[in-house]
Amino acid sequence: MSASPAGAPVAEAIDRIARQDGGRLLSNLVGSLRDLQLAEDSLQDALESALVHWNRNGLPAAPAAWLMQVARRKAIDRLRRSANFRAKSAEIAHLIEMEKQSAAADEPDQIGDERLKLIFACCHPALDRKTCVALTLRSVCGLKTEEIADAFLDAHEAMAQRLVRARHKIAKAGIAYEVPGQDGWATRLESVLAVIYLIFNEGYASAGDRHIRADLCDEAIRLGRLLTELQPGEPEIEGLLSLMLLHHARRAARIGAAGEILTLETQDRSLWDRAGIREGVALVERALQRGRPGAYQLQAAIIAVHAETPSFAETDWQQIALLYGELARTADNPVYELNRIVALSYVEGPVAALARLRPIAMALVQYQPFYAVQADLFARAGQPDQARLAYRRAIDLSQSDSERRFLSGCLEALPGRPAGT
Amino acid sequence: MKYMALIYVNPDTLTPPDSPEFGRMMGGYQIANETYKRDGVWVAGDALQPATTATTVRVRNGRTETMDGPFAETKEQLGGFYIFDCADLDEAIKYAAMIPHAATGCVEVRPIMVFDR
Repeated sequence: MSASPAGAPVAEAIDRIARQDGGRLLSNLVGSLRDLQLAEDSLQDALESALVHWNRNGLPAAPAAWLMQVARRKAIDRLRRSANFRAKSAEIAHLIEMEKQSAAADEPDQIGDERLKLIFACCHPALDRKTCVALTLRSVCGLKTEEIADAFLDAHEAMAQRLVRARHKIAKAGIAYEVPGQDGWATRLESVLAVIYLIFNEGYASAGDRHIRADLCDEAIRLGRLLTELQPGEPEIEGLLSLMLLHHARRAARIGAAGEILTLETQDRSLWDRAGIREGVALVERALQRGRPGAYQLQAAIIAVHAETPSFAETDWQQIALLYGELARTADNPVYELNRIVALSYVEGPVAALARLRPIAMALVQYQPFYAVQADLFARAGQPDQARLAYRRAIDLSQSDSERRFLSGCLEALPGRPAGT
Repeated sequence: MKYMALIYVNPDTLTPPDSPEFGRMMGGYQIANETYKRDGVWVAGDALQPATTATTVRVRNGRTETMDGPFAETKEQLGGFYIFDCADLDEAIKYAAMIPHAATGCVEVRPIMVFDR
Protein backbone atom coordinates (compact mmCIF):
# COMPACT_ATOMS: atom_id res chain seq x y z
CA MET A 1 0.00 0.00 0.00
CA SER A 2 1.33 3.41 -0.88
CA ALA A 3 0.90 6.56 1.16
CA SER A 4 -2.46 8.12 0.40
CA PRO A 5 -2.47 11.90 -0.01
CA ALA A 6 -5.15 12.56 2.60
CA GLY A 7 -4.19 9.67 4.86
CA ALA A 8 -7.90 8.97 5.20
CA PRO A 9 -7.92 5.19 4.60
CA VAL A 10 -5.17 4.65 7.15
CA ALA A 11 -6.90 6.89 9.68
CA GLU A 12 -10.09 4.93 9.13
CA ALA A 13 -8.27 1.63 9.56
CA ILE A 14 -6.78 2.88 12.82
CA ASP A 15 -10.21 3.98 14.07
CA ARG A 16 -11.60 0.58 13.17
CA ILE A 17 -8.82 -1.27 14.99
CA ALA A 18 -9.20 1.01 18.01
CA ARG A 19 -12.92 0.16 18.14
CA GLN A 20 -12.54 -3.55 17.48
CA ASP A 21 -9.39 -4.41 19.41
CA GLY A 22 -9.00 -1.39 21.70
CA GLY A 23 -10.54 -3.08 24.73
CA ARG A 24 -8.45 -6.19 24.32
CA LEU A 25 -5.21 -4.25 23.79
CA LEU A 26 -5.91 -1.93 26.71
CA SER A 27 -6.86 -4.77 29.07
CA ASN A 28 -3.63 -6.54 28.19
CA LEU A 29 -1.57 -3.38 28.69
CA VAL A 30 -3.13 -2.71 32.09
CA GLY A 31 -2.26 -6.28 32.97
CA SER A 32 1.46 -5.59 32.55
CA LEU A 33 1.52 -1.88 33.50
CA ARG A 34 -0.88 -2.07 36.47
CA ASP A 35 -1.92 1.51 35.75
CA LEU A 36 -5.01 2.32 33.70
CA GLN A 37 -3.97 5.91 32.95
CA LEU A 38 -0.49 4.91 31.79
CA ALA A 39 -1.98 2.13 29.66
CA GLU A 40 -4.50 4.54 28.12
CA ASP A 41 -1.85 7.19 27.39
CA SER A 42 0.59 4.66 25.93
CA LEU A 43 -2.07 3.15 23.69
CA GLN A 44 -3.00 6.65 22.47
CA ASP A 45 0.69 7.29 21.76
CA ALA A 46 0.84 4.06 19.78
CA LEU A 47 -2.25 4.97 17.75
CA GLU A 48 -0.75 8.37 16.92
CA SER A 49 2.50 6.73 15.96
CA ALA A 50 0.60 4.26 13.77
CA LEU A 51 -0.87 7.14 11.79
CA VAL A 52 2.65 8.33 10.90
CA HIS A 53 4.24 4.94 10.21
CA TRP A 54 1.36 3.26 8.44
CA ASN A 55 0.86 6.23 6.16
CA ARG A 56 4.49 5.90 5.20
CA ASN A 57 4.80 2.12 4.90
CA GLY A 58 1.26 0.80 4.78
CA LEU A 59 -0.47 -1.39 7.32
CA PRO A 60 1.74 -3.99 9.04
CA ALA A 61 0.92 -7.67 8.74
CA ALA A 62 -0.39 -7.84 12.29
CA PRO A 63 -1.64 -4.33 13.17
CA ALA A 64 -2.88 -5.22 16.67
CA ALA A 65 0.45 -6.81 17.56
CA TRP A 66 2.28 -3.77 16.16
CA LEU A 67 0.20 -1.46 18.35
CA MET A 68 0.81 -3.61 21.39
CA GLN A 69 4.55 -3.56 20.92
CA VAL A 70 4.70 0.18 20.30
CA ALA A 71 2.39 0.89 23.25
CA ARG A 72 4.71 -1.05 25.54
CA ARG A 73 7.73 0.91 24.29
CA LYS A 74 5.82 4.17 24.74
CA ALA A 75 5.05 3.09 28.31
CA ILE A 76 8.77 2.56 28.96
CA ASP A 77 9.46 6.05 27.58
CA ARG A 78 6.78 7.58 29.74
CA LEU A 79 8.10 5.85 32.85
CA ARG A 80 11.65 6.98 32.07
CA ARG A 81 10.51 10.56 31.72
CA SER A 82 8.44 10.51 34.91
CA ALA A 83 9.69 12.43 37.94
CA ASN A 84 10.10 9.38 40.15
CA PHE A 85 12.30 7.58 37.68
CA ARG A 86 14.36 5.81 40.31
CA ALA A 87 11.31 4.33 42.02
CA LYS A 88 10.07 3.04 38.69
CA SER A 89 13.33 1.42 37.63
CA ALA A 90 12.19 -2.06 38.63
CA GLU A 91 9.02 -1.68 36.58
CA ILE A 92 10.99 -0.44 33.59
CA ALA A 93 13.38 -3.40 33.79
CA HIS A 94 10.39 -5.74 33.92
CA LEU A 95 8.81 -4.09 30.88
CA ILE A 96 12.03 -4.25 28.89
CA GLU A 97 12.30 -7.93 29.69
CA MET A 98 8.71 -8.47 28.53
CA GLU A 99 9.41 -6.44 25.44
CA LYS A 100 12.32 -8.70 24.48
CA GLN A 101 10.26 -11.85 24.91
CA SER A 102 7.12 -10.57 23.28
CA ALA A 103 8.45 -9.32 19.96
CA ALA A 104 7.73 -12.65 18.33
CA ALA A 105 4.80 -13.69 20.49
CA ASP A 106 2.46 -10.80 19.65
CA GLU A 107 0.48 -12.61 17.00
CA PRO A 108 -3.09 -11.28 17.13
CA ASP A 109 -4.57 -14.30 18.87
CA GLN A 110 -1.81 -14.48 21.41
CA ILE A 111 -2.52 -11.06 22.85
CA GLY A 112 -4.06 -12.05 26.16
CA ASP A 113 -7.65 -11.12 26.79
CA GLU A 114 -8.00 -9.51 30.19
CA ARG A 115 -11.18 -7.63 29.41
CA LEU A 116 -13.11 -9.33 32.21
CA LYS A 117 -10.68 -7.80 34.73
CA LEU A 118 -10.98 -4.47 32.95
CA ILE A 119 -14.79 -4.59 33.10
CA PHE A 120 -14.77 -5.37 36.83
CA ALA A 121 -12.34 -2.51 37.49
CA CYS A 122 -14.33 0.00 35.40
CA CYS A 123 -17.62 -0.98 37.07
CA HIS A 124 -16.34 -1.03 40.65
CA PRO A 125 -19.06 -0.01 43.11
CA ALA A 126 -16.66 2.49 44.72
CA LEU A 127 -16.90 4.60 41.55
CA ASP A 128 -19.81 6.87 40.77
CA ARG A 129 -22.34 5.21 38.41
CA LYS A 130 -22.01 7.75 35.62
CA THR A 131 -18.24 7.46 35.86
CA CYS A 132 -18.48 3.67 35.52
CA VAL A 133 -20.62 4.09 32.41
CA ALA A 134 -18.19 6.53 30.82
CA LEU A 135 -15.09 4.55 31.75
CA THR A 136 -16.55 1.28 30.43
CA LEU A 137 -17.56 2.90 27.14
CA ARG A 138 -14.08 4.41 26.79
CA SER A 139 -11.89 1.53 27.98
CA VAL A 140 -13.82 -1.61 27.07
CA CYS A 141 -15.88 -0.46 24.07
CA GLY A 142 -13.21 1.87 22.66
CA LEU A 143 -15.57 4.84 22.17
CA LYS A 144 -13.85 8.19 21.90
CA THR A 145 -14.09 10.57 24.85
CA GLU A 146 -15.87 13.12 22.65
CA GLU A 147 -18.45 10.55 21.56
CA ILE A 148 -19.20 9.69 25.18
CA ALA A 149 -19.42 13.36 26.14
CA ASP A 150 -21.86 13.98 23.27
CA ALA A 151 -23.97 11.01 24.26
CA PHE A 152 -24.38 12.45 27.75
CA LEU A 153 -24.59 16.09 26.59
CA ASP A 154 -21.48 16.87 28.63
CA ALA A 155 -18.62 19.18 27.70
CA HIS A 156 -15.69 17.25 26.17
CA GLU A 157 -13.24 18.66 28.69
CA ALA A 158 -15.47 17.74 31.65
CA MET A 159 -15.80 14.18 30.39
CA ALA A 160 -12.03 13.89 29.86
CA GLN A 161 -11.49 15.12 33.43
CA ARG A 162 -14.00 12.63 34.79
CA LEU A 163 -12.15 9.77 33.06
CA VAL A 164 -8.76 10.92 34.33
CA ARG A 165 -10.08 11.20 37.90
CA ALA A 166 -11.58 7.73 37.68
CA ARG A 167 -8.36 6.10 36.43
CA HIS A 168 -6.49 7.92 39.15
CA LYS A 169 -8.85 6.60 41.82
CA ILE A 170 -8.57 3.03 40.52
CA ALA A 171 -4.79 3.21 40.84
CA LYS A 172 -4.54 5.12 44.11
CA ALA A 173 -7.41 3.52 46.02
CA GLY A 174 -6.13 0.05 45.20
CA ILE A 175 -9.09 -1.17 43.16
CA ALA A 176 -7.81 -4.59 42.19
CA TYR A 177 -7.23 -5.52 38.57
CA GLU A 178 -8.66 -8.96 39.18
CA VAL A 179 -11.82 -10.91 38.57
CA PRO A 180 -13.40 -10.97 42.06
CA GLY A 181 -13.44 -14.24 43.94
CA GLN A 182 -16.37 -16.04 45.55
CA ASP A 183 -16.36 -13.52 48.40
CA GLY A 184 -17.32 -10.39 46.49
CA TRP A 185 -18.64 -12.00 43.31
CA ALA A 186 -22.36 -11.30 43.77
CA THR A 187 -22.03 -7.59 44.64
CA ARG A 188 -19.37 -6.91 42.05
CA LEU A 189 -21.31 -8.69 39.28
CA GLU A 190 -24.45 -6.79 40.27
CA SER A 191 -22.53 -3.55 39.80
CA VAL A 192 -21.25 -4.61 36.36
CA LEU A 193 -24.73 -5.61 35.20
CA ALA A 194 -26.24 -2.38 36.53
CA VAL A 195 -23.70 -0.32 34.59
CA ILE A 196 -24.37 -2.21 31.34
CA TYR A 197 -28.14 -1.88 31.77
CA LEU A 198 -27.69 1.82 32.49
CA ILE A 199 -25.85 2.21 29.17
CA PHE A 200 -28.68 0.38 27.43
CA ASN A 201 -31.36 2.50 29.07
CA GLU A 202 -29.55 5.73 28.20
CA GLY A 203 -29.79 4.72 24.56
CA TYR A 204 -33.32 3.39 24.89
CA ALA A 205 -34.74 6.44 26.63
CA SER A 206 -33.22 8.78 24.08
CA ALA A 207 -34.64 7.01 21.05
CA GLY A 208 -37.44 9.56 20.60
CA ASP A 209 -35.34 12.66 21.17
CA ARG A 210 -32.88 13.96 18.64
CA HIS A 211 -29.85 13.81 20.88
CA ILE A 212 -26.62 12.48 19.50
CA ARG A 213 -26.32 9.02 21.02
CA ALA A 214 -23.49 6.79 19.91
CA ASP A 215 -25.83 3.82 19.55
CA LEU A 216 -25.64 3.11 23.25
CA CYS A 217 -28.11 0.20 22.96
CA ASP A 218 -25.78 -1.57 20.53
CA GLU A 219 -22.80 -0.95 22.80
CA ALA A 220 -24.65 -2.37 25.80
CA ILE A 221 -25.66 -5.47 23.86
CA ARG A 222 -22.09 -5.86 22.63
CA LEU A 223 -20.94 -5.71 26.25
CA GLY A 224 -23.58 -8.26 27.26
CA ARG A 225 -22.39 -10.65 24.55
CA LEU A 226 -18.79 -10.13 25.59
CA LEU A 227 -19.64 -10.94 29.21
CA THR A 228 -21.49 -14.16 28.28
CA GLU A 229 -18.38 -15.17 26.34
CA LEU A 230 -15.92 -14.30 29.08
CA GLN A 231 -18.02 -15.73 31.92
CA PRO A 232 -20.25 -18.44 30.46
CA GLY A 233 -22.95 -20.13 32.53
CA GLU A 234 -23.81 -17.14 34.73
CA PRO A 235 -27.64 -16.93 34.52
CA GLU A 236 -28.00 -13.25 35.44
CA ILE A 237 -25.59 -12.24 32.66
CA GLU A 238 -27.71 -14.27 30.23
CA GLY A 239 -30.82 -12.72 31.75
CA LEU A 240 -29.54 -9.19 31.19
CA LEU A 241 -28.46 -9.92 27.61
CA SER A 242 -31.85 -11.51 26.92
CA LEU A 243 -33.66 -8.53 28.46
CA MET A 244 -31.73 -6.07 26.28
CA LEU A 245 -32.20 -8.16 23.12
CA LEU A 246 -35.95 -8.42 23.72
CA HIS A 247 -36.36 -4.68 24.36
CA HIS A 248 -34.19 -3.91 21.36
CA ALA A 249 -36.21 -6.25 19.12
CA ARG A 250 -39.18 -3.90 19.52
CA ARG A 251 -37.28 -0.70 18.68
CA ALA A 252 -38.83 -0.22 15.22
CA ALA A 253 -42.34 -0.35 16.68
CA ARG A 254 -41.73 1.86 19.72
CA ILE A 255 -41.76 5.26 18.07
CA GLY A 256 -44.67 6.57 16.00
CA ALA A 257 -44.52 8.64 12.81
CA ALA A 258 -44.47 11.91 14.79
CA GLY A 259 -41.70 10.71 17.10
CA GLU A 260 -44.13 9.80 19.89
CA ILE A 261 -43.70 6.79 22.17
CA LEU A 262 -46.10 3.95 21.38
CA THR A 263 -47.24 1.64 24.18
CA LEU A 264 -47.34 -2.15 23.95
CA GLU A 265 -51.05 -1.81 23.20
CA THR A 266 -50.60 0.41 20.16
CA GLN A 267 -47.38 -1.01 18.71
CA ASP A 268 -47.50 -2.71 15.30
CA ARG A 269 -46.23 -6.14 16.29
CA SER A 270 -45.33 -7.04 12.70
CA LEU A 271 -42.44 -4.56 13.09
CA TRP A 272 -40.93 -6.56 15.94
CA ASP A 273 -37.64 -8.21 15.02
CA ARG A 274 -38.39 -11.93 15.15
CA ALA A 275 -34.77 -13.07 15.04
CA GLY A 276 -33.92 -10.86 18.00
CA ILE A 277 -36.92 -12.20 19.91
CA ARG A 278 -35.98 -15.83 19.17
CA GLU A 279 -32.45 -15.23 20.45
CA GLY A 280 -33.68 -13.43 23.57
CA VAL A 281 -36.30 -16.05 24.42
CA ALA A 282 -33.85 -18.93 23.95
CA LEU A 283 -31.32 -17.17 26.18
CA VAL A 284 -33.72 -16.53 29.06
CA GLU A 285 -35.05 -20.08 28.88
CA ARG A 286 -31.52 -21.44 29.10
CA ALA A 287 -30.76 -19.09 32.00
CA LEU A 288 -33.87 -20.05 33.99
CA GLN A 289 -33.03 -23.73 33.55
CA ARG A 290 -29.91 -23.17 35.61
CA GLY A 291 -32.22 -22.84 38.62
CA ARG A 292 -30.82 -19.57 39.96
CA PRO A 293 -33.47 -16.98 39.05
CA GLY A 294 -32.69 -13.29 39.48
CA ALA A 295 -34.09 -9.88 38.69
CA TYR A 296 -32.74 -9.71 35.13
CA GLN A 297 -33.93 -13.20 34.20
CA LEU A 298 -37.42 -12.49 35.55
CA GLN A 299 -37.68 -9.16 33.75
CA ALA A 300 -36.55 -10.87 30.54
CA ALA A 301 -39.14 -13.61 31.09
CA ILE A 302 -41.86 -10.95 31.37
CA ILE A 303 -40.80 -9.28 28.12
CA ALA A 304 -40.57 -12.71 26.53
CA VAL A 305 -44.24 -13.36 27.32
CA HIS A 306 -45.17 -10.11 25.56
CA ALA A 307 -42.81 -10.77 22.67
CA GLU A 308 -44.34 -14.14 21.91
CA THR A 309 -47.96 -12.95 22.10
CA PRO A 310 -49.48 -12.12 18.69
CA SER A 311 -51.74 -9.28 19.93
CA PHE A 312 -52.22 -7.15 23.05
CA ALA A 313 -55.69 -8.68 23.64
CA GLU A 314 -54.23 -12.18 23.84
CA THR A 315 -51.65 -11.30 26.54
CA ASP A 316 -51.47 -13.80 29.41
CA TRP A 317 -51.75 -11.19 32.18
CA GLN A 318 -52.05 -13.80 34.90
CA GLN A 319 -48.63 -15.13 33.94
CA ILE A 320 -47.17 -11.63 33.84
CA ALA A 321 -48.63 -10.74 37.25
CA LEU A 322 -47.11 -13.96 38.61
CA LEU A 323 -43.66 -13.07 37.25
CA TYR A 324 -43.87 -9.57 38.75
CA GLY A 325 -44.79 -11.21 42.04
CA GLU A 326 -41.60 -13.30 41.82
CA LEU A 327 -39.64 -10.19 40.92
CA ALA A 328 -40.99 -8.37 43.99
CA ARG A 329 -39.51 -11.17 46.10
CA THR A 330 -35.97 -10.51 44.77
CA ALA A 331 -35.95 -6.89 45.95
CA ASP A 332 -38.07 -4.56 48.02
CA ASN A 333 -38.99 -2.33 45.11
CA PRO A 334 -42.51 -0.82 44.88
CA VAL A 335 -42.06 -0.37 41.10
CA TYR A 336 -42.39 -4.15 40.68
CA GLU A 337 -45.65 -4.02 42.61
CA LEU A 338 -46.82 -1.15 40.40
CA ASN A 339 -46.22 -3.30 37.34
CA ARG A 340 -47.95 -6.27 38.93
CA ILE A 341 -51.00 -4.06 39.54
CA VAL A 342 -51.01 -3.01 35.87
CA ALA A 343 -50.98 -6.67 34.80
CA LEU A 344 -53.74 -7.53 37.27
CA SER A 345 -55.85 -4.60 36.03
CA TYR A 346 -56.37 -6.53 32.79
CA VAL A 347 -57.59 -9.54 34.78
CA GLU A 348 -59.62 -7.90 37.57
CA GLY A 349 -60.52 -4.56 35.99
CA PRO A 350 -59.35 -0.97 36.67
CA VAL A 351 -61.42 -0.31 39.82
CA ALA A 352 -59.86 -3.17 41.77
CA ALA A 353 -56.42 -2.07 40.51
CA LEU A 354 -56.98 1.50 41.75
CA ALA A 355 -57.59 0.11 45.24
CA ARG A 356 -54.34 -1.86 44.99
CA LEU A 357 -52.40 1.34 44.23
CA ARG A 358 -53.14 2.88 47.64
CA PRO A 359 -50.54 0.98 49.72
CA ILE A 360 -47.65 1.92 47.39
CA ALA A 361 -48.74 5.53 46.72
CA MET A 362 -46.57 6.98 49.50
CA ALA A 363 -43.42 5.22 48.30
CA LEU A 364 -43.89 6.39 44.70
CA VAL A 365 -45.03 9.96 45.36
CA GLN A 366 -42.29 11.42 43.08
CA TYR A 367 -42.41 8.65 40.46
CA GLN A 368 -43.86 9.72 37.11
CA PRO A 369 -45.01 6.24 35.95
CA PHE A 370 -47.13 5.87 39.11
CA TYR A 371 -49.31 8.79 38.00
CA ALA A 372 -49.35 7.64 34.38
CA VAL A 373 -50.65 4.25 35.56
CA GLN A 374 -53.14 5.88 37.92
CA ALA A 375 -54.37 8.15 35.11
CA ASP A 376 -54.81 5.23 32.74
CA LEU A 377 -56.75 3.27 35.36
CA PHE A 378 -59.04 6.25 36.10
CA ALA A 379 -59.64 6.71 32.37
CA ARG A 380 -60.49 3.04 31.94
CA ALA A 381 -62.77 3.20 35.00
CA GLY A 382 -64.75 6.07 33.42
CA GLN A 383 -63.40 8.84 35.67
CA PRO A 384 -61.84 11.32 33.19
CA ASP A 385 -61.60 14.20 35.70
CA GLN A 386 -59.46 12.14 38.07
CA ALA A 387 -57.47 10.88 35.08
CA ARG A 388 -56.82 14.45 33.99
CA LEU A 389 -55.35 15.38 37.39
CA ALA A 390 -53.10 12.33 37.40
CA TYR A 391 -51.83 12.98 33.85
CA ARG A 392 -50.99 16.58 34.77
CA ARG A 393 -48.98 15.34 37.76
CA ALA A 394 -47.20 12.80 35.53
CA ILE A 395 -46.34 15.52 32.99
CA ASP A 396 -44.94 17.72 35.77
CA LEU A 397 -42.66 14.90 36.92
CA SER A 398 -41.58 13.81 33.43
CA GLN A 399 -37.90 14.04 32.50
CA SER A 400 -37.99 13.77 28.71
CA ASP A 401 -39.73 15.51 25.84
CA SER A 402 -40.94 12.35 24.15
CA GLU A 403 -42.46 11.21 27.45
CA ARG A 404 -44.18 14.57 27.90
CA ARG A 405 -45.54 14.43 24.34
CA PHE A 406 -46.91 10.95 25.00
CA LEU A 407 -48.61 11.96 28.26
CA SER A 408 -50.04 15.15 26.75
CA GLY A 409 -51.50 13.06 23.93
CA CYS A 410 -53.21 10.81 26.50
CA LEU A 411 -54.51 13.86 28.36
CA GLU A 412 -55.98 15.37 25.21
CA ALA A 413 -57.63 12.10 24.23
CA LEU A 414 -59.69 12.06 27.44
CA PRO A 415 -63.42 12.65 26.95
CA GLY A 416 -65.17 15.69 28.46
CA ARG A 417 -63.64 19.12 28.89
CA PRO A 418 -60.99 20.15 26.38
CA ALA A 419 -57.41 20.00 27.60
CA GLY A 420 -56.01 23.12 29.22
CA THR A 421 -59.20 24.18 31.00
CA MET B 1 -1.48 -1.39 51.00
CA LYS B 2 -2.60 0.58 54.00
CA TYR B 3 -6.03 2.13 54.36
CA MET B 4 -7.42 4.46 56.99
CA ALA B 5 -11.01 3.95 57.98
CA LEU B 6 -12.43 7.18 59.43
CA ILE B 7 -15.53 6.55 61.51
CA TYR B 8 -18.14 9.31 61.40
CA VAL B 9 -21.00 9.35 63.86
CA ASN B 10 -23.83 11.72 64.67
CA PRO B 11 -23.33 12.71 68.34
CA ASP B 12 -27.07 13.25 68.78
CA THR B 13 -27.83 9.63 68.03
CA LEU B 14 -24.99 8.03 69.99
CA THR B 15 -25.90 4.99 72.04
CA PRO B 16 -26.09 5.94 75.76
CA PRO B 17 -23.48 4.04 77.82
CA ASP B 18 -26.06 2.71 80.30
CA SER B 19 -28.27 1.07 77.65
CA PRO B 20 -28.19 -2.59 76.62
CA GLU B 21 -27.45 -1.46 73.03
CA PHE B 22 -24.19 0.04 74.24
CA GLY B 23 -23.02 -3.35 75.48
CA ARG B 24 -23.95 -4.94 72.17
CA MET B 25 -22.10 -2.22 70.25
CA MET B 26 -18.95 -2.63 72.34
CA GLY B 27 -19.24 -6.38 71.85
CA GLY B 28 -19.40 -5.68 68.11
CA TYR B 29 -16.15 -3.71 68.32
CA GLN B 30 -14.49 -6.51 70.26
CA ILE B 31 -15.47 -9.06 67.60
CA ALA B 32 -14.30 -6.72 64.84
CA ASN B 33 -10.94 -6.13 66.56
CA GLU B 34 -10.40 -9.87 67.05
CA THR B 35 -11.22 -10.49 63.38
CA TYR B 36 -8.79 -7.78 62.24
CA LYS B 37 -5.99 -9.24 64.35
CA ARG B 38 -6.75 -12.84 63.38
CA ASP B 39 -6.72 -11.91 59.66
CA GLY B 40 -3.53 -9.90 60.07
CA VAL B 41 -4.95 -6.62 58.76
CA TRP B 42 -4.89 -4.63 62.03
CA VAL B 43 -2.31 -1.83 62.15
CA ALA B 44 -3.95 0.66 64.51
CA GLY B 45 -7.33 1.77 65.72
CA ASP B 46 -8.82 3.88 68.47
CA ALA B 47 -11.86 5.82 69.50
CA LEU B 48 -11.62 9.58 69.92
CA GLN B 49 -13.01 11.80 72.68
CA PRO B 50 -16.02 13.82 71.45
CA ALA B 51 -15.50 16.76 69.11
CA THR B 52 -16.24 19.15 71.99
CA THR B 53 -12.77 18.29 73.33
CA ALA B 54 -11.05 19.19 70.06
CA THR B 55 -8.66 22.07 69.52
CA THR B 56 -7.97 23.41 66.05
CA VAL B 57 -4.41 24.59 65.52
CA ARG B 58 -3.27 26.97 62.79
CA VAL B 59 0.09 28.65 62.26
CA ARG B 60 -0.23 32.09 60.67
CA ASN B 61 2.72 34.44 60.20
CA GLY B 62 4.78 32.18 62.41
CA ARG B 63 2.31 32.44 65.29
CA THR B 64 0.39 29.52 66.61
CA GLU B 65 -3.33 30.23 66.85
CA THR B 66 -5.70 27.87 68.57
CA MET B 67 -9.45 27.60 68.44
CA ASP B 68 -11.97 25.69 70.47
CA GLY B 69 -13.60 22.79 68.70
CA PRO B 70 -13.59 21.57 65.13
CA PHE B 71 -13.60 24.17 62.36
CA ALA B 72 -16.92 23.25 60.83
CA GLU B 73 -20.34 22.43 62.16
CA THR B 74 -21.34 19.14 60.63
CA LYS B 75 -23.91 16.66 61.74
CA GLU B 76 -21.51 13.72 61.54
CA GLN B 77 -18.27 13.98 63.44
CA LEU B 78 -15.09 11.97 63.45
CA GLY B 79 -15.42 9.48 66.28
CA GLY B 80 -12.59 7.05 65.73
CA PHE B 81 -10.38 5.37 63.20
CA TYR B 82 -8.65 2.21 62.12
CA ILE B 83 -5.65 1.59 59.94
CA PHE B 84 -5.83 -1.66 57.99
CA ASP B 85 -3.21 -3.37 55.88
CA CYS B 86 -5.13 -4.95 53.00
CA ALA B 87 -4.49 -6.40 49.56
CA ASP B 88 -6.94 -4.12 47.79
CA LEU B 89 -9.94 -1.82 48.17
CA ASP B 90 -12.47 -4.66 48.20
CA GLU B 91 -10.76 -6.16 51.23
CA ALA B 92 -10.60 -2.77 52.97
CA ILE B 93 -14.31 -2.23 52.31
CA LYS B 94 -15.08 -5.68 53.70
CA TYR B 95 -13.28 -4.91 56.99
CA ALA B 96 -14.66 -1.37 57.18
CA ALA B 97 -18.17 -2.80 56.89
CA MET B 98 -17.53 -4.80 60.10
CA ILE B 99 -17.15 -1.60 62.15
CA PRO B 100 -20.35 -1.42 64.23
CA HIS B 101 -20.83 2.30 63.56
CA ALA B 102 -20.96 1.65 59.80
CA ALA B 103 -24.54 0.56 60.51
CA THR B 104 -25.54 3.87 62.13
CA GLY B 105 -23.03 6.47 60.90
CA CYS B 106 -20.62 6.04 58.04
CA VAL B 107 -17.02 5.03 57.44
CA GLU B 108 -14.75 6.80 54.98
CA VAL B 109 -12.05 4.53 53.57
CA ARG B 110 -8.95 6.28 52.27
CA PRO B 111 -5.71 4.75 51.02
CA ILE B 112 -2.66 6.00 52.91
CA MET B 113 -0.25 7.78 50.60
CA VAL B 114 3.05 6.09 49.86
CA PHE B 115 5.92 8.37 48.86
CA ASP B 116 8.40 7.08 46.35
CA ARG B 117 11.79 6.74 47.94
